[in-house]
Amino acid sequence: MCLVLSNQKSNMKLYCLSGHPTLPCNVLKFKSTTIMLDCGLDMTSTLNFLPLPLVQSPRLSNLPGWSLKDGNAFLDKELKECSGHVFVDSVPEFCLPETELIDLSTVDVILISNYHCMMALPYITEHTGFTGTVYATEPTVQIGRLLMEELVNFIERVPKAQSASLWKNKDIQRLLPSPLKDAVEVSTWRRCYTMQEVNSALSKIQLVGYSQKIELFGAVQVTPLSSGYALGSSNWIIQSHYEKVSYVSGSSLLTTHPQPMDQASLKNSDVLVLTGLTQIPTANPDGMVGEFCSNLALTVRNGGNVLVPCYPSGVIYDLLECLYQYIDSAGLSNIPFYFISPVANSSLEFSQIFAEWLCHNKQTKVYLPEPPFPHAELIQTNKLKHYPSLHGDFSSDFRQPCVVFTGHPSLRFGDVVHFMELWGKSSLNTVIFTEPDFSYLEALAPYQPLAMKCIYCPIDTRLNFIQVSKLLKEVQPLHVVCPEQYTQPPPAQSHRMDLMIDCQPPAMSYRRAEVLALPFKRRYEKIEIMPEPPPRPTQPTGGKKRKRASDDIPDCKVLKPLLSGSIPVEQFVQALEKHGFSDIKVEDTAKGHIVLLQEAETLIQIEEDSTHIICDNDEMLRVRLRDLVLKFLQKF
Amino acid sequence: MDPECSQLLPALCSVLADPRQPVADDTCLEKLLDWFKTITEAGSSLLLLQENPCLLGLLCHMLKPQDLSPRVLAFSLRLAGMLAAQEDCFQYLQQGELLPRLFGEAGPLGGAAWTAPSVRSGWIQGLRSLARHPSALCFLADCGAVDTIFSLQGDSSLFVASAAGQLLVHILGLSLQGPAEGHPGLQTGDWPVCAQKIVSHIEESLRSAATPQITQALNVLTTTFGHCHSPWTQVLWVRLSPLVACLLEKDPVPAAHSLVDLLLSVARSPVLSSSSCGLWETLAQTLSHLSPTQAGPLALGILKLQECPQALRAQAFAVLLQPLTCVLEATAQAPGLLDSLDGTGGASVTVDTLLPSKAACVGLLCRTLAHLELLQPLPQRPSPWPQAPLLGATVTILRLCSGSATPTSDAGGHLCAFLVGCVRVQRAALDFLGTLSQGTGPRELVTQVFAVLLEYLTSPDSSPTVLKKAFQATFRWLQSSPETPGCSDLDPHAQLFLRELLPVLPKRLCSPCWEVRDSGLEFLTQMIGRWGGQAGFRRALLASEVPELTEQLLRDPESYVRASAVAATGQLSSQGLRVTPASPEHPGGQQKSLLAELLHILSTDSEGFPRRAVMHVFTQWLRDGHADVAGDTERFVARVLQVASQDLDWEVRAQGLELALVFLEQTLGRPSSHCPYAVTPPVAAPPSPLAQALRPLCRVQLFEFAFRALFDCDRPVAQKSCDLLLFLRAQTASYSGPQGSGNVPEVASVEAALQRWQAGDQGQPLGYLEPEVVVAVLRSMDLEGLRGALAESSDRVEKSPQSLLQDMLATVGALGEDEADCY
Repeated sequence: MCLVLSNQKSNMKLYCLSGHPTLPCNVLKFKSTTIMLDCGLDMTSTLNFLPLPLVQSPRLSNLPGWSLKDGNAFLDKELKECSGHVFVDSVPEFCLPETELIDLSTVDVILISNYHCMMALPYITEHTGFTGTVYATEPTVQIGRLLMEELVNFIERVPKAQSASLWKNKDIQRLLPSPLKDAVEVSTWRRCYTMQEVNSALSKIQLVGYSQKIELFGAVQVTPLSSGYALGSSNWIIQSHYEKVSYVSGSSLLTTHPQPMDQASLKNSDVLVLTGLTQIPTANPDGMVGEFCSNLALTVRNGGNVLVPCYPSGVIYDLLECLYQYIDSAGLSNIPFYFISPVANSSLEFSQIFAEWLCHNKQTKVYLPEPPFPHAELIQTNKLKHYPSLHGDFSSDFRQPCVVFTGHPSLRFGDVVHFMELWGKSSLNTVIFTEPDFSYLEALAPYQPLAMKCIYCPIDTRLNFIQVSKLLKEVQPLHVVCPEQYTQPPPAQSHRMDLMIDCQPPAMSYRRAEVLALPFKRRYEKIEIMPEPPPRPTQPTGGKKRKRASDDIPDCKVLKPLLSGSIPVEQFVQALEKHGFSDIKVEDTAKGHIVLLQEAETLIQIEEDSTHIICDNDEMLRVRLRDLVLKFLQKF
Repeated sequence: MDPECSQLLPALCSVLADPRQPVADDTCLEKLLDWFKTITEAGSSLLLLQENPCLLGLLCHMLKPQDLSPRVLAFSLRLAGMLAAQEDCFQYLQQGELLPRLFGEAGPLGGAAWTAPSVRSGWIQGLRSLARHPSALCFLADCGAVDTIFSLQGDSSLFVASAAGQLLVHILGLSLQGPAEGHPGLQTGDWPVCAQKIVSHIEESLRSAATPQITQALNVLTTTFGHCHSPWTQVLWVRLSPLVACLLEKDPVPAAHSLVDLLLSVARSPVLSSSSCGLWETLAQTLSHLSPTQAGPLALGILKLQECPQALRAQAFAVLLQPLTCVLEATAQAPGLLDSLDGTGGASVTVDTLLPSKAACVGLLCRTLAHLELLQPLPQRPSPWPQAPLLGATVTILRLCSGSATPTSDAGGHLCAFLVGCVRVQRAALDFLGTLSQGTGPRELVTQVFAVLLEYLTSPDSSPTVLKKAFQATFRWLQSSPETPGCSDLDPHAQLFLRELLPVLPKRLCSPCWEVRDSGLEFLTQMIGRWGGQAGFRRALLASEVPELTEQLLRDPESYVRASAVAATGQLSSQGLRVTPASPEHPGGQQKSLLAELLHILSTDSEGFPRRAVMHVFTQWLRDGHADVAGDTERFVARVLQVASQDLDWEVRAQGLELALVFLEQTLGRPSSHCPYAVTPPVAAPPSPLAQALRPLCRVQLFEFAFRALFDCDRPVAQKSCDLLLFLRAQTASYSGPQGSGNVPEVASVEAALQRWQAGDQGQPLGYLEPEVVVAVLRSMDLEGLRGALAESSDRVEKSPQSLLQDMLATVGALGEDEADCY
């Protein structure tokens, strides 16, 4: 049966732990469950560090130490100067999601939407007392593992003895030049996790398929939907019997390799949380791919090499497919393409086996049978070669001019550092940035002065604002919640009113470390009434326990009567006076009334769906007042 | 009608009358009607009917209640109307009461066949043909046809409805031909009943509250004033214009598009525009009442009028410019620009109209730009032409579309949001910008024009079509930029622009999108053609990667790109702009390889376009005396003709003849006539004895090529060859070689070979021919006769009426012995 809750506000809250709109980490408290939505890791912090060269770099090791204006050089071991920029000479560190805003050990489940949005997982699952379950699709987990493995490998294979921490001192940081001076929450920055932590974190993941319904404690149901952005990428529906929250993160409507986005299932949402839009709304991916190909061809034709800093999965598949079609027409058939990553082989192979997660065209190829991605043919014909590292076979196969795809896009670690050092001095070579996560100018800063050409072709297939506006018209959510960056035009283009979310009612925005009460009213609640009181739940033993079931229903609560009704203020004041309270003052508020007992320094806040008694350290008085309030309510 | 056709006609008529026989398709019936039309126009219809009674039989047959095919019925109605167009034939048909039974209530009008739109259309067209003489008017009145036509104006089939309207106009014109023509002062009250009936119907429709009826009335009037310029049209307009003016008082104005058409039709009518019947006032009133979207076409129409009051022109121009004024206002342009565009102060109205939706905004801007583009080259365009504000507005629109403009108002912000990335507006604006290059502009604005063009040419977001337009506009602006005094080089500003443009071009030539590569090459070809000889341009081009890339594109996988690359490389080479790496061992080695490469394309490319392009380049090279060709012209021509003669594409072969002609002219001396094919006796004797002069032509086997082309299965090739040989024969007319060479065995064998070729056996080559033999063969050939035969269209046999009748009969198997098989 359902119970009508007249104007009862639900206690739905959103805790925003990340300020990065495309690397979100939010916690949703809904129907007594605590659900973490993604745990993205903001790696832009690494741009403040010096690159980790794979081979000893005299240039980097001879950079001068930085000293304060007054000549004080106590930081010269930690900070180095390069072409007017100051960098921390230490193992790169990452900016974690907010850990203080909410007790992360209370998180019941973590829902992952795509492999880029799970990079902070080991920090959360291994260091916060987290005991819940993580849900993600299989490609997300497998490719996420590759990304983590690559990251750990990149950092661990270049051990750095020095760890800088002096500069993080608030008083010292204030004296540093930008951008170090403005870096936020540096004290919470952490080094990279270990492979052991990665394995442990990934073991907590439960695999799910698109449209699979997962019950959480019988209170909430969560369902992943295809989001069209990457292999296995998902949006999530979180719903109870009468409420529906959609979590849209990293979605794409373009026809690339993944399964298309499921829009229809997002309809009729009470709240739609919208994150992970394109980071480069002004760049059309098609145009950028054209730009990428043209610049690549021009460089190679002139005898130069092309370096493409990239992640080992994602856009690289589409780029290889474009190049597959383009190289013959551009007369580049003899140019070798190298893909260097500790996980290159696995990435290329994984992409071919996740047929069910691919777009229709690619799925049909599997039945022919043909490999869904043409990079298989590039490998077969020796046009594309992949290596785990530039050491080993690569050095003997290496031919120039060539095109190298390698990580990391931040240019701070990975094989890319070596190629930057190797090719940076010649203007014949070109570095083409395709990943949109890092500012290319900042990424290049420690390599200055640089002779090689730099081309910025960010390819971000995620939704742009026009597509969002169409999507919202289509699915018509009652409320939209999004990062604050999406509710105003980008600072550099303040006149571009088209580069923001335009919807009615206006979207609610959040920023890092903010808690948002989600604005919807519960009108109905499904309850079951049994003739007998329910048996006392047995305490689960060990392992993954149904924490909520035992915590929230203690013995006494079973016997507590339910109350309903409203409190007539005038009669309530009379009752107070009858019980000896004087100097009573009543104030009207937007939501109800405040009864002020001035003498007792006590406040009774009566609103339509809640009543609070606020008094300082006088439990007796509180109980007396509570009983007075209860007299006005019906029990059943 | 020729006897063969007369013989076939009865069979055809019986086939058409037989509902069991499948009727040939509509095209055959249309062709049949066309044929009857030529016959009736050339002679007496009555005679035709009398000589071919089967026709009357067919028409009578239509009156019997039966299950007739709608298309045959429609055909018969049209045929009957066509025959009755001549008054004597009309009377003849009337005697048998045939016409009222076909077109009156008793005919298909009341029957089931009327539901077919083709029958209704046939009925209207039949009447339309019939209504040529006063007797027809009486007939129409008697059979109540006019009322039916009124109702058909609202027919569900647009073709029928439109034809009904036109028929009304025709009847009105016919009924007023006699009486009102003679007395221009005659008022409508004195008009014939039929005309009065139509006018009353139009009046009633104009007063109607239903828009479709108003539209019908307006369309009838538009056609009337568009076609009839008799004095009575003035009387009609004077009577109806108050009703038309009443429409303007309604909000919204009903049938605005039709109203605009009508007013423009009235304004264009020489009878009406010259009279003082309040037309200009109505036009002014309409301009101010209609929304900018509706008023745009009217404003353009007014501005295109030859004669029109100045005040009205100014108002129309202001209306046309309103959307651009709004754009300038929203982006807070220099007030000077704004003032010169803002003629009416009505811009704020436009902001609202412009901004309600993206579709409205985009549509209005595109239309405005297209209208202005049409207006710009006209002699009657408004003067002074606001070149600078128009440039400013167009540049602003383009910058709004690319997102680089910074609007200062809310309206500007909205405009920006609507226009960003809008390909339609970008295309329209670039087209207009190109047109504006015809005028000059302040230096500052021209700089902005080049800047915005460069922005579009550079931007990765420019779509291929936008890019093509940007290239076109760029070329036009470069062309119009002033030349440096003293030499015809680009002016310093254009040079500066070029220096920025040339690094962009290589990227475009490497684009994965073939359309982009293609338009890049086309632009390059145009540029070299125009400035290839100028030092500044040459320096900039040679310093870039463009020449090398262009050559690489000769091997592009897309045939269009290869063709454009061939044209561009040919130009580069002609101008000496190819990159030749200095190598002492192979001086000019690269140059030779281009010739070889183009020959390779000509002989091996699987697509026609690149091969055609190669032939064009070769012809140009030969004409210009290109260094590669001049070295050994004969070898070059021989080789090209040999390859071209085997080409499957007729255009390549035809171009081969063009090249042959150039060579021929160069060898024999240019004819003084401007037309290369004109058969004129040589004015001056060739510089060397003719036989000597013909020898090179023989060596390159030009005659073998030309004779083969003469019997080419593609007519244009044969025609061209015929013209070439006629020209050659005229050139050799004065040749007095050994007489009677027709008896020489060689001549006979050549003639025999040519006969075999004509019969389709082109296997055997002619081999080397002596000049004397060629001259003899040329003289003996009936080239004029051949030319006459070729001039007739190749389907002349198939198009004959006899063939048509045979085909139609063959379709149903009614020819000859097949008849027996019917059982």
